[in-house]
Amino acid sequence: MAIFDRFRTRRTASNDDPLLTDLRHALSPERVKMDGAQRSLISKDASVFTGGVSGPVCYPTSTEEVVAIMHIAESHGRSIVPRGAGTGLAGGAIPLGGPIVIAVTKMNDILEIDEENGVAWVEPGVVNLDLSRHLEPYGYHFAPDPSSQQVCTIGGNVANNSGGPHCLAYGVTNPHVLALEVVTAAGDVLMLGGLDAEPDGYDLRGVFVGSEGTLGITTKVAVRLTKNRPAVRTLLLSFATVRDAANTVSAVIADGIVPAAMEVMDRKITQAVENYVHAGYPTDAEAVLLAEVDGPEEGIDIDADRIREIGLENNATEVRLAADEPERALLWKGRKTAFGAIAQIAPDYYLHDTVVPRSKLADVLDQTYEIAERHGILLMNVLHAGDGNLHPLLIFDGREEGVLDRVLAAGEEIITASLAAGGVLSGEHGIGVEKQRFMHLLFSDDDLDHQNRLRRAFDPNCRANPGKVMPMGHSCADIQQLRSVPTGVWG
Amino acid sequence: MTATLHSNDPVLATFAEEVGDSDPVAIAGNRTRWDLGGPLDEGTRLLEPPSGIVEYTPEEMIVTVRAGTTVADLHEMLATRNQWTALPERGGTVGGAIAVGQNDYHRPARGDLRSSVLQVRYISAEGKLVTGGGPTVKNVSGFDLPRLLTGSLGTLGCIAEVILRTNPIPASRRWYRSSDVDPFAVRSRLLAPGPILWDGETTTVMLFGREVAVKADRDRLSALGSFAECDDPGAPTGERWSLSPADLASLSTFDTGSFIAEIGVGTMHADKPQPRTPLSPGMRLVHERMKTEFDPNGRLNPGRVVGAR
Repeated sequence: MAIFDRFRTRRTASNDDPLLTDLRHALSPERVKMDGAQRSLISKDASVFTGGVSGPVCYPTSTEEVVAIMHIAESHGRSIVPRGAGTGLAGGAIPLGGPIVIAVTKMNDILEIDEENGVAWVEPGVVNLDLSRHLEPYGYHFAPDPSSQQVCTIGGNVANNSGGPHCLAYGVTNPHVLALEVVTAAGDVLMLGGLDAEPDGYDLRGVFVGSEGTLGITTKVAVRLTKNRPAVRTLLLSFATVRDAANTVSAVIADGIVPAAMEVMDRKITQAVENYVHAGYPTDAEAVLLAEVDGPEEGIDIDADRIREIGLENNATEVRLAADEPERALLWKGRKTAFGAIAQIAPDYYLHDTVVPRSKLADVLDQTYEIAERHGILLMNVLHAGDGNLHPLLIFDGREEGVLDRVLAAGEEIITASLAAGGVLSGEHGIGVEKQRFMHLLFSDDDLDHQNRLRRAFDPNCRANPGKVMPMGHSCADIQQLRSVPTGVWG
Repeated sequence: MTATLHSNDPVLATFAEEVGDSDPVAIAGNRTRWDLGGPLDEGTRLLEPPSGIVEYTPEEMIVTVRAGTTVADLHEMLATRNQWTALPERGGTVGGAIAVGQNDYHRPARGDLRSSVLQVRYISAEGKLVTGGGPTVKNVSGFDLPRLLTGSLGTLGCIAEVILRTNPIPASRRWYRSSDVDPFAVRSRLLAPGPILWDGETTTVMLFGREVAVKADRDRLSALGSFAECDDPGAPTGERWSLSPADLASLSTFDTGSFIAEIGVGTMHADKPQPRTPLSPGMRLVHERMKTEFDPNGRLNPGRVVGAR
């Protein structure tokens, strides 16, 4: 889906380019890549968008090297784009206009586990699941658990304020990050937040998390250690309609229970998942709800029983409690590999990420099916239902002529329907390049102007990941507006 | 379609007119933390923010409330549906609590104040109504103005209305006191204890959750030493210190006078004020740029400064 034609006329460096010489001198020649294969790989992320153009790709191993890259970028009039594992779904890591890409994957050390303060200091390239596995012997984990957790990085989680199924009770990434060492585009090293209870100053840590690489790049992170729960109950509830499943979710929350997770999958995706992992999901139910409660052993069965009752009151056709840890793990494996299971059906999918009030879930889900049917697109729904976070999957074969236009049109209608229900554009994937043009539907010009002011306070010259988040017409949105770029730099 | 977050509330429009766009203004809530950030410039026009609960949807766990509403009134309303918020109950207003950004001493049970502000609507230095964030618990749609405004002491915008996350009030809450138990042992022994307060001699801890879970935690406490049930000791008073949880283990290195420390959190309430460390030059630069971006002429809460210089 090449939507970046406006960015495609940028200069690419040759091997004797002074920019490359400076970068290779500052890092080492083997950690500055300029070959076509590497740049082609880096020009994409896990979104459907293509058309990015990468400049040199740098693999720093220290904060000092990141600072050096920032200074070199500035002296050569280049912007920078931070990059983790490239698993983002909104195009936030796609390089626009040949920027220097700063890939943090070689900054992947777990530096310190500080149990007294309840934190671990990690480098941004540490993989999310690797961190939780590392913490396991200490009795802790890192709570945000996006579906990509086997490959996505903590730095990427910080940039996107990533979520995951268990964010219902534990919250998204922001509250799990206590302090951040960041490097601004000007090369200043800042320590945002702190391990103390209420760090002094504006909450710059809070605003940096989720800023999609537009305020600078993270070089060290103090993540909160979450104690592993001694007891877990995982329930699988089957329903004859998606509406019954959605109503159950609303009723559980209204009952005063905040489960660790409540995930809904519709029949089509449940069938795909079951074919893929054989987790024991019912393939004849129109919807399944995976609900999990955790905490101390005492009282946990009260919550589990109550969820069962509420499910039955809302017409659940079957309620099953995972008998043991292997069964629980299998059910979660099914849920977390849902997107992989789609590959059996069609080669491409476009995943949306709007959030609506829980009480509107059933109505909006109905609308998604109607919209997709009208556009002749296969749609499956998997959702972080407890949070009201929809993930409608539009499934297609990109080789089919004209299909992309229909997918985009259907997606736009889904977004519009979600906003009309009082929802927001993104729950956990971010805006990136994907939803910039919808920002005006959610925010007024004055609102966007103030978001832009926040951004400028960190990066007045729009050098960090320009062309993302803010819609066209706002500074830093259009990379051609870069203010301090010398004439001719882009060739 | 226009932005769905933007109700045309005439109350907010009137407040925007009152704030205006030229002279120095400050918002006065109940003035419970009036001296934070330094003295207000003389001659600054004082304004009262609008008040009232606009909409409460307990099943969504959110409440829309205007800034001038007292936290006590808000919590009284939420209690009818067995919910509460992270805002501290100490006589102030909702807007004041958010502008100050300090947590309640029940933080381990009520949650973190900064994570509870889902949407903020404020009047800018130019007299415009600005909305940041949204009405859902999960939201990464653009830059996080609610986090920026929370704790900004009214220096970036005049907070008019917020949407807060609410939470169920735990079924059971009980306080216990001991004079022979290490508070740090309490913290490490229990999975999710409520507030643990320590004055150097006495440990006071709240247990919360289902009745059976509280009972089980009570038994765990007994394994550590002797505890007696007591009343909620109330909000600690005194000078507020922001320390790390580990700092509290070595309090003797601080000259605090008498104190009450929130174990596991790091907040301490003491006789003497905490010596403040100035912001680093890089942080100071971003702070100054932020203030200039949002309030180029310095008319919002003039005299007040966020972050030690």
